[in-house]
Amino acid sequence: MKKFLLALFFIPLTALASEHVYLDKAPVNLDDYASIQRGAKIFTNYCLSCHSANAMRYSRLEDVGLTEEQIKNNLLFATDKVGNTMSIAMPPADAKKWFGAAPPDLSVVARSRNPDWLYTYLRSFYLDDSRPTGWNNTVFDKVGMPHVLWSLQGKQILKAAAHGEAEAHGKPEFELVQPGSLTPAEYDATVADLVNYLTWMGEPAKMKRMELGVIVLLFLSIFFVLAYYMKKEFWKDIH
Amino acid sequence: MSAMKNLVGWIDDRFPLTANWKAHLSEYYAPKNFNFWYFFGSLALLVLVIQILTGIFLTMNYKPDAALAFMSVEYIMRDVEWGWLIRYMHSTGASMFFVVVYLHMFRGLIYGSYRKPRELIWIFGMMIYLALMAEAFMGYLLPWGQMSFWGAQVIISLFGAIPFVGDALSLWIRGDFVVSDATLNRFFAFHVIALPLVLVGLVAAHIIALHEVGSNNPEGIEIKKHKDPVTHIPLDGIPFHPYYSVKDIVGVIVFLMVFSAIVFFAPEFGGWFLEPDNFIPANPFKTPEHIVPLWYFTPFYAILRAVPDKFLGVVGMGAGVVIMFFLPWLDRSKVKSIRYRGTLYKTILTVFIISFIGLGYLGTQAPTPALTMLARVFSVIYFGFFILMPWYTAIDKTKPVPERIPE
Repeated sequence: MKKFLLALFFIPLTALASEHVYLDKAPVNLDDYASIQRGAKIFTNYCLSCHSANAMRYSRLEDVGLTEEQIKNNLLFATDKVGNTMSIAMPPADAKKWFGAAPPDLSVVARSRNPDWLYTYLRSFYLDDSRPTGWNNTVFDKVGMPHVLWSLQGKQILKAAAHGEAEAHGKPEFELVQPGSLTPAEYDATVADLVNYLTWMGEPAKMKRMELGVIVLLFLSIFFVLAYYMKKEFWKDIH
Repeated sequence: MSAMKNLVGWIDDRFPLTANWKAHLSEYYAPKNFNFWYFFGSLALLVLVIQILTGIFLTMNYKPDAALAFMSVEYIMRDVEWGWLIRYMHSTGASMFFVVVYLHMFRGLIYGSYRKPRELIWIFGMMIYLALMAEAFMGYLLPWGQMSFWGAQVIISLFGAIPFVGDALSLWIRGDFVVSDATLNRFFAFHVIALPLVLVGLVAAHIIALHEVGSNNPEGIEIKKHKDPVTHIPLDGIPFHPYYSVKDIVGVIVFLMVFSAIVFFAPEFGGWFLEPDNFIPANPFKTPEHIVPLWYFTPFYAILRAVPDKFLGVVGMGAGVVIMFFLPWLDRSKVKSIRYRGTLYKTILTVFIISFIGLGYLGTQAPTPALTMLARVFSVIYFGFFILMPWYTAIDKTKPVPERIPE
């Protein structure tokens, strides 16, 4: 009984959600600063013209090993200061007109969508003439966003045979009809970097949190031993 | 030392410091046989303190404004020194409050702590539970995420199901036709001042009532029946301080280890404490696919959905909470503790607990015909437990209760 209840409690709520989309496992590694740095570069180059990250300050990238100079030279637009947040100039009203919906702020996107979702989504765009942008996505059907990274990935189509079944069963199959500037393996690695960055940006304090957690638990363990023997000492005369 | 004594003497002439210390701690005699279940009262008090302290610091940086609220939480998470820790302690504290309160209530249930002469302790406790639910509900709106918004929208619209006054009532609660900035502002006011005041007052009343009649214990025996003829101290009682203060410290540390493990390693707790959808800013034009209240409300939410009629569902949900108030007068058993009750009661209690947890689980699920049927069965059992209690507790075969606490 107890085990059952405990098991019930640990089923992540996300696992109960009704989405039945196939997701690849994102190779997230928040210790890999080089990957997060590469991801930040992709993010500022490709995402940060339509999507903002209003909660994220450029200077926070110092946490993953960049210097202020490096941030200024490689990631900042000329007018920005290193203490600024990653905001965009595009007015939301125009964005809505162009894309049907204003592109969401991505500060915490890795926490609302999980990293696996992002990793699969960014690799699942395919050509679809029926869409205004010419792109569709197996993870996010009828998405308003065009395939911004197509020059890297190339253009792929969804294999017709798998089309109907793809949503219900397993992994959809794509066919690359026009190669991009990266090989498929390189593209996957690039998206992995980007997702790694998005995951880190969702909660920059996460690594510090876990480090501190170990110390706190160690402290409490010692405190527990002392408190336990103090209790025993006091209770000698009761039992 | 004598300077200290002089100071205490000076205060005692003007304020009953020593008298209160004795009445509530050093000469409050608690039964010597408290077990594991008796940790959760002091732990609830601890969580209340954690919530108030972290809440004060959150209030310093949070903006109760529909346009700013969501980002101000992220500001706390990133730019405020230790903000992430304070925020996670508060969000984890909210769920842990309900964990310890549910366990505390379960303790009361199995050892008959609500029985005469402790009816008022139970009533005050139920009022705390009710205030806590309001506090948690209003607090959950403040991060202004999708679940904050739509959870509030759904729950407030329930009041609209009340005949005649419903629409006017929900409009009055929201201060607008939909959940909006006006709602956020008033919920903030209730969350940070009105309800905490009520809670602290009720907790004081709960403890004063407890210390007036004395604590129950796992045997369900009144220790005040057997006092030392000279000192008038209960023979089976021990002073709360130092015995239970040092014991509770051990409980506090174990609790803090669990609490810290969540705060530092799994603050979202797989989506049970912080839901993924709440990391999307509130959007009145986009309803989430699946609106679920947080886990501590789901048993009552499941009762609501189990009833086919909306108004009756609301009545059922309310009745589910209100019926617990009557527990002291529904139980007709000759004994208090489960240790001396018969198989009938033990079986019914087990089925009740399974139903309550089952309802909690079903409340998190999208309704399907089979699950709704199951929720109906559990709801009937839930109410049956209370309504039939005067009957089954009276015929339950109890065992004789000893006069003194056994060694």
